[in-house]
Amino acid sequence: MTAEPLPEHPDFLWRTPEPRASYDVVVVGAGGHGLATAYYLARNHGITNVAVLEKGWLAGGNMARNTTIIRSNYLWDQSAAIYEHALKLWERLPEELDYDFLFSQRGVLNLAHTLQDVREGVRRVGANRLNGVDAQWLEPDEVADVCPILNISPRTRYPVLGATFQPRAGIAKHDHVAWALARRADDMGVDLIQGCEVTGFLKDGDRVVGVETSRGRILAGRVGLAAAGHSSVLAQRAGFRLPVQSHPLQALVSELHEPVHPTVVMSNHVHVYVSQAHKGELVMGAGVDAYNGYGQRGSFHVIEQQMAAAVELFPVFARAHVLRTWGGIVDVTPDASPIIGTTPVENLYVNCGWGTGGFKATPAAGWTFAHTIATGEPHPLNAPFALERFATGALIDEHGAAAVAH
Amino acid sequence: MLLITCPWCGPRDETEYHYGGQAHVPYPADPADLTDEQWAEYVFYRDNPKGPFAERWLHSIGCRRWFNVLRDTVTYRVLASYRPGEPRPELPQAGGNR
Ligand SMILES: Cc1cc2nc3c(=O)[nH]c(=O)nc-3n(C[C@H](O)[C@H](O)[C@H](O)COP(=O)(O)OP(=O)(O)OC[C@H]3O[C@@H](n4cnc5c(N)ncnc54)[C@H](O)[C@@H]3O)c2cc1C
Ligand SMILES: [Zn+2]
Repeated sequence: MTAEPLPEHPDFLWRTPEPRASYDVVVVGAGGHGLATAYYLARNHGITNVAVLEKGWLAGGNMARNTTIIRSNYLWDQSAAIYEHALKLWERLPEELDYDFLFSQRGVLNLAHTLQDVREGVRRVGANRLNGVDAQWLEPDEVADVCPILNISPRTRYPVLGATFQPRAGIAKHDHVAWALARRADDMGVDLIQGCEVTGFLKDGDRVVGVETSRGRILAGRVGLAAAGHSSVLAQRAGFRLPVQSHPLQALVSELHEPVHPTVVMSNHVHVYVSQAHKGELVMGAGVDAYNGYGQRGSFHVIEQQMAAAVELFPVFARAHVLRTWGGIVDVTPDASPIIGTTPVENLYVNCGWGTGGFKATPAAGWTFAHTIATGEPHPLNAPFALERFATGALIDEHGAAAVAH
Repeated sequence: MLLITCPWCGPRDETEYHYGGQAHVPYPADPADLTDEQWAEYVFYRDNPKGPFAERWLHSIGCRRWFNVLRDTVTYRVLASYRPGEPRPELPQAGGNR
């Protein structure tokens, strides 16, 4: 195995326009989801009079901070449908966007360390297969065939008792994904406006008619929120509540190493997840910090626990050095599933609550959110993920398959 | 790591505690009269302010008592801790964000 070289960037990416006085659609937040929404508004619905407003720089939020794991092995039918739709889109996007963002289908192992983990894993493999999602149950020696550096000794504190394996899962270069979507959206006429914070909403009765921003008022026929950890702050300004809590989630990387780690490994139980980036860093994540926070940094004790787990699972990592740690702010819902749909404010739509796992969904989030904004109605794939489910009780509990403690 | 003061034991590292979410969320006075929307509010909706937040912590590996903390969710500064039943302190630095 040799490290793949990074692709060259195209020398043109997007324009830097001044905001216009009004747009058909304003999307708040230029993370992966906001950019994918703009891209599909233009591509699937022919709506190009669109601005994406970003308070910081394009894709500098969670999009730039995540561990880039892409998979669709969720438990429930509704989740399998939307995440598998995303995975199918990922499989064709590099060609469609004409941008090699190093989508690498190296597979994901979700380890089981207890009898209950084994049962949950076997059940999930069954559920995945019924939903047309590729999934296998692997015994410990088969796990070691996929990832030889994993310690499958029965004499560890939490031995590896098996794993689910999704071969089509993988990783991608997150920044390049954002730039690829941004370039195509820009090509089709979408204005990508950085350094433009949405501070309030213009309303006519119960209907939104525009946004207040740090660069003045902008009128809009429809407004879509794709602000991840800041969604509830914006919702409050628009006059409604969201059942989300914002938590710090951190990740870290080691210095560069020769290719040693051929797949993605996640452990729910000892709580670490690891892959090796194309350049050679070991990329690791863990669980959220328990408390609410907007500080974009995480606690040291989480790193300590995740390192202890990593070194036990991968003894070869014992002498690797941590190079960088950072945090993002993720918006967590009570059932660990996203909210995509209408809000109590007419013409205002929300895409949020992806918590620790929304990168993998980027294309499907954009696809379905664009549909919802364009038509005013949910797409069949996002209809179950409406805000109303918290009142009807039709929750989609994915705490198990979400695989990150929160 | 946060340094949190248990009102009974004094300042201790965050790892001695367990987080309990928003404080001062009263059980509905007339549960039988609530609509589904009101139940959803009580069960699933919590404040998520950017700034001072009154929240519950359990001193799980100390005295094992619950108490309340006023903490800034941006700076992570613990502004006050107080016993259950005590009112949320009015602090100048807590601003008007309730
Ligand atoms: C450490 C970490 C690891 C993760 N690992 C994974 C993983 O391996 N796999 C996976 O699937 N997911 C992962 N995630 C989750 C994933 O990153 C998020 O679910 C996803 O990025 C959210 O959508 P987004 O990209 O649009 O959000 P963001 O990129 O956060 O976009 C939201 C944007 O809105 C902007 N914004 C906010 N408020 C305003 C305002 N008022 N005005 C204008 N702009 C505003 C922000 O600046 C930001 O750029 C991880 C997250 C973190 C933090
Ligand atoms: Zn105590």
